Amino acid sequence: MSDFFTASVLVATVASGVRLSTPYLLAALGETFAQRSGVLNLGVDGVMLLGAFFGYWTVLTHDNLVAGLLVGAAVGAVMGLVYAIVTLLFHAEQGISGIGIYLFGLGFSELMYRQQVGTPLPIRGLGEVEIPLLADIPYIGEMLFRHSGIVYLAIVLVPLMAWVINRTQFGLNVRSVGETPDAADSLGVSVRRTRAVTIVVANALAGLGGAALALELGTFQQNLTNGLGFIAIALVYFGAWRPTGVLVGSLLFGLVTAVVNQWKTLGILSGSTASLATMAPALLTVLALAVIARRNSAQPAALTLPFQRGR
Amino acid sequence: MILTLGASPIDGFSALVDGAFGGRKELADTAIKAMPLLLVGTGICISFRARVINIGGEGQIVAGALVSTVTALAVPDLPAVVLIPAVLLAGVVGGGIWGAIPGALKAYLGVNEILSTIMLNIVAVQVMNYLLRDPLIDPAEIERGTRIPQTERLSPNADFPILLGGTRLHLGVVVAVVAAVAAWVFLWRSTTGYRLRAVGAGRDAARYAGIPVERMTLLALTASGSMCGLAGAVLVFGSESHRLVTDGSSTGFTGSAGFNGIVAALFGALHPLLTIPAAVLFGGLLVGANAMQRAIQIPASLAIAMNGLVVVFVVASVSIRQRLRIRLDDQAMLRLRSASHRRRGDALGATRTGMETEP
Repeated sequence: MSDFFTASVLVATVASGVRLSTPYLLAALGETFAQRSGVLNLGVDGVMLLGAFFGYWTVLTHDNLVAGLLVGAAVGAVMGLVYAIVTLLFHAEQGISGIGIYLFGLGFSELMYRQQVGTPLPIRGLGEVEIPLLADIPYIGEMLFRHSGIVYLAIVLVPLMAWVINRTQFGLNVRSVGETPDAADSLGVSVRRTRAVTIVVANALAGLGGAALALELGTFQQNLTNGLGFIAIALVYFGAWRPTGVLVGSLLFGLVTAVVNQWKTLGILSGSTASLATMAPALLTVLALAVIARRNSAQPAALTLPFQRGR
Repeated sequence: MILTLGASPIDGFSALVDGAFGGRKELADTAIKAMPLLLVGTGICISFRARVINIGGEGQIVAGALVSTVTALAVPDLPAVVLIPAVLLAGVVGGGIWGAIPGALKAYLGVNEILSTIMLNIVAVQVMNYLLRDPLIDPAEIERGTRIPQTERLSPNADFPILLGGTRLHLGVVVAVVAAVAAWVFLWRSTTGYRLRAVGAGRDAARYAGIPVERMTLLALTASGSMCGLAGAVLVFGSESHRLVTDGSSTGFTGSAGFNGIVAALFGALHPLLTIPAAVLFGGLLVGANAMQRAIQIPASLAIAMNGLVVVFVVASVSIRQRLRIRLDDQAMLRLRSASHRRRGDALGATRTGMETEP
């Protein structure tokens, strides 16, 4: 245990926690956007897996990291389009069709992986971008300012998302559609179009988050995310549907995962107890959900309710 | 989908059908794959009918498997007549507890059950990995130093009897069908089942009618979990190795039955008896997908991807059907109304003519 409490190990752990929180953050920000418009987008984990695989595959075949991330986001957007058609045009129940998307992503990413790659070939991981000056601050620099570009992008997206939701006309539409779709509709806001946009953005971010995960790890395997996408959904509840709240939750979960990993490496957790520690994020999620359940007043009133004019 | 993977869909399909329904052995394999799907599907019927979405089948299967395994390890010398019902009951209890946790969280704290059940899936698998790597590991694995995470061969007294000579078809098929019929009786022939469905049809209306909505929600997830737990027991004691084995991955032991059961139940229109043929169909799909993998080298994970699409299509088509029905109802209403108008008009006409004819 004393090995853990040395400056260098602690700094490395925090740094890895920030890195690990990025996929959570990207997916949860997107999910926040969708939920504010009244859509419970449950396929996140499957979409992340698809984004992860196709991002990984692109880097494997073309050795272009940026293209990998873009492909991940694009695959996510396509899945978002499918989900939008199913839930908005066909009014399918959001919860169950989301699980369908999840299963598809789970199966299809594994299928493609086995068919096209087979063995876990390593790829070039994302390189570090040092922020000039700030990166040289002792400790803090290593913790916060020596990460790959996608980490900064995710952090920058937090205020951007908050601005879009709270300060723009479109954000106002999103909120009104999520709270009282009938009123929004009567004022000429297209519920369907607004929700379609949030769904596509949410899934593109989920795909990007998946790609970021695969490229950070520099590999892909079957069920790489292991429920990370579902935790991201829980983080939206945890963050009370606010981008800043989601950021706090993501950092917390990234840190927990990093601490568990670090303890495994240092041998503080050995053998069989390591698998018990692996479930820490999941257990934490259940506990967090139970604790915050009472103050769910921030939940968009029309969440999961399909909209049909005149009904 | 098969085409894009560069193989002949016709060869693939014939391999799939042959592998699933081609003969006695194949049919038995399909039935074996269908058992956990049917049990999970039955549980899903119960919970979805109460509008409680149980995605925790995976975890509940594992919990049921663990409790039933521990039971068989604790009292291995009981005669088969006692031990087999005991391990089945243990499965029911294990899965029931794992379902009751999210059930209570939803009923009394308002925690979204979709998220809590999925998180509990991850927890259950890790608990299993821990137990099989340490406290429950086969002592022989430690001696040999191989440390494969599995239990010792469980008591032969708990082995499910084989029903059909020359195949692996075992008692589990009877258990699964009986459970499905029992669930049907419960849902449509008992007061509690009626209340449970009433909660699903409308929570507020049910509450005004004096139905304890919270208790019904808890019951729905507990009963649903018990069915999945039963599937766990069937998977352990009907297995060829007669042990509980994990490969460390989330779906290694369950074979995704907790998810595929949802597909079967949706395909069976959330009716336990219709879920029987649906489970056989998807069991056949899984067995056939393996055969297809051997025949034309398409990974069997195709089946999972296809199941996802099936869910999306089934859910989408259900709401389309509902909309059509509403539209048809509207038309019927219109027809009815215009008919009554006409009748009223006739009546009016008649009175008018009557008045006119009056002197």
